[in-house]
Amino acid sequence: MNNKVLMKGTDALAEAAIQAGCRCYFGYPITPQNEIPEYMSRRMPEVGGVFLQGESEIASINMVLGAAATGARAMTSSSSPGISLKQEGLSFLAALELPAVIVNINRGGPGLGNIAPSQGDYYQATRGGGHGDYRMPVYAPASVQELYDITMLTFDVADGYRTPVMILGDGMMGQIVEPIIVREYNKPEDELPPKDYILDGAEGRPSRIIKSLVLDVREMEEHNWKLKRKYDLMKQELPQWEEFMTDDAKMTIIAYGTAARIAKGAVKRARSEGLKVGLLRPITLWPFPDEAVINISKKSKIFLVFEMSTGQMIDDVRLAVQGKIPCEFYGRPGGIVPAPQEIARIIERYWLQKEL
Amino acid sequence: MKTIYTRPKCLKPAPFHYCPGCGHSIIHRLVCELIDEMDLQGRIICIPPAGCAVLAYNYFDIDVCESAHGRGCAIATGMKRANPEKIIFTYQGDGDMAAIGTAETLHAANRGEKITSIFVNNAVYGMTGGQMAPTTMLGQKTSTSPYGRSPEVEGHPLKITELIGTLPGAAYVTRTSLATPAKIMATKKAIKKALEVQMAGLGYSLVEVLSPCPTNWKVSPKDSFIYLEEKMEKEYPIGVMKDITAKKKDS
Repeated sequence: MNNKVLMKGTDALAEAAIQAGCRCYFGYPITPQNEIPEYMSRRMPEVGGVFLQGESEIASINMVLGAAATGARAMTSSSSPGISLKQEGLSFLAALELPAVIVNINRGGPGLGNIAPSQGDYYQATRGGGHGDYRMPVYAPASVQELYDITMLTFDVADGYRTPVMILGDGMMGQIVEPIIVREYNKPEDELPPKDYILDGAEGRPSRIIKSLVLDVREMEEHNWKLKRKYDLMKQELPQWEEFMTDDAKMTIIAYGTAARIAKGAVKRARSEGLKVGLLRPITLWPFPDEAVINISKKSKIFLVFEMSTGQMIDDVRLAVQGKIPCEFYGRPGGIVPAPQEIARIIERYWLQKEL
Repeated sequence: MKTIYTRPKCLKPAPFHYCPGCGHSIIHRLVCELIDEMDLQGRIICIPPAGCAVLAYNYFDIDVCESAHGRGCAIATGMKRANPEKIIFTYQGDGDMAAIGTAETLHAANRGEKITSIFVNNAVYGMTGGQMAPTTMLGQKTSTSPYGRSPEVEGHPLKITELIGTLPGAAYVTRTSLATPAKIMATKKAIKKALEVQMAGLGYSLVEVLSPCPTNWKVSPKDSFIYLEEKMEKEYPIGVMKDITAKKKDS
């Protein structure tokens, strides 16, 4: 394979899932991600997979749960209001330690909001929108190529840690069309644990139970600590980020997804005017790349966090920085996608204010 | 010496946690007898509800997957679509099936999912302490309808089994009762038929079982069977609501 093709974000994501062996897709239509279920409804029959449009997001995520319990690679996708409805299922998937991939093509909110690109769901994605003491890996791709590659990766992460994994995109990520290398999927069989938990009928083996009800508080505490150990391992092994011109940067912009693309344009503009500005782009939002933030805080004098929200990821930046250097914020919530010029102006303003 | 009764092979030797006189123990035994008799242990998967029967996995020696409240039929759908050769059944109470899970239940039935639901109707929320259920009868007092269910305030009992009987995807829909030994045996036959309908790939099958809850009805276990026959069966008449195999025989 490894062909170069022109692909839309949502199509790249859906095709990557199929290449990665996803054979069960359940979802409910919501804009701006309808191209994913539409693509799946065409492709799944071709590969002998299951596409089913659920009666709701709640039903869809529980269908994913059922399929995952039998060992299938399963996914669902939705957008902000629909993801709210899936939170019950996410908590159960985490508790039952079942692998699944959940896509949120983030739109403007709260409430019905609008259908424009937004990053207002960062808290919901990274703080566990569902109930209970759980964490969930969250990936924020920033190009169609990355949508393709990361989608493949998420199925391995889900199986590897027995966890739900979220891909957090936004309306822009879903809609853009870019040339990508369609690479072949190689399953890391050696690295993935055997699926010795799945339900396929107790034939020739003891019966199995997949459950999260633990009435004994001591057992429940131990279960929580067990999950914590797994999350600690994820924190060690999963963080991913991209650094752009950070080596000599006096100011480093931190942004993810679509905002990071805009920020990169702004950094290039600033550089052309001689301002030493860099960009840190978290690819995993949970676990957050603390290490990168700490390292850069030793070189840069200031962080400028840019989000298409009123400021959510900045909390994670501040937790990692621990007050060592100032963290400023610029945000455009509600579906506004600013041009790089706008961010470049903000960079310039802080550059002058802070006398860098 | 002839053995006339023994513990079913796939009923674990664990004492039931259910209250004295509760119908779940009876239905559990019927299900396990059928799994043994039909030799299904190696390919059947159960999805218990959130409710008194959430602990069914302590008793059923088969593969079991817990569900969030009301989501049984959606989970069963995902399982069956991913593994069409397995036999999947949900075991649900009235709140699970007919209140919080109404959408999941109706749509699974309407899609004709090849799954089976055993719907245990005792007209109250048992596990949470006897609150009003969608199936609570008019005038019936519960901890959240202390003056008796009134149609003006709480609305009417929901007959979800009758509703499902109207759906094209449903293949076998019936209501039985545990009020007498004969009715218990009829319940077993109905569950057997429901599983056979699933195995034949005919569509969704549902057995509603009217079941006593003496604790929350505040009657003795003995009197609960009278209550079951005299009150529950009046509101919820037992009998087959839909059976597409019968139609085939007629034509």
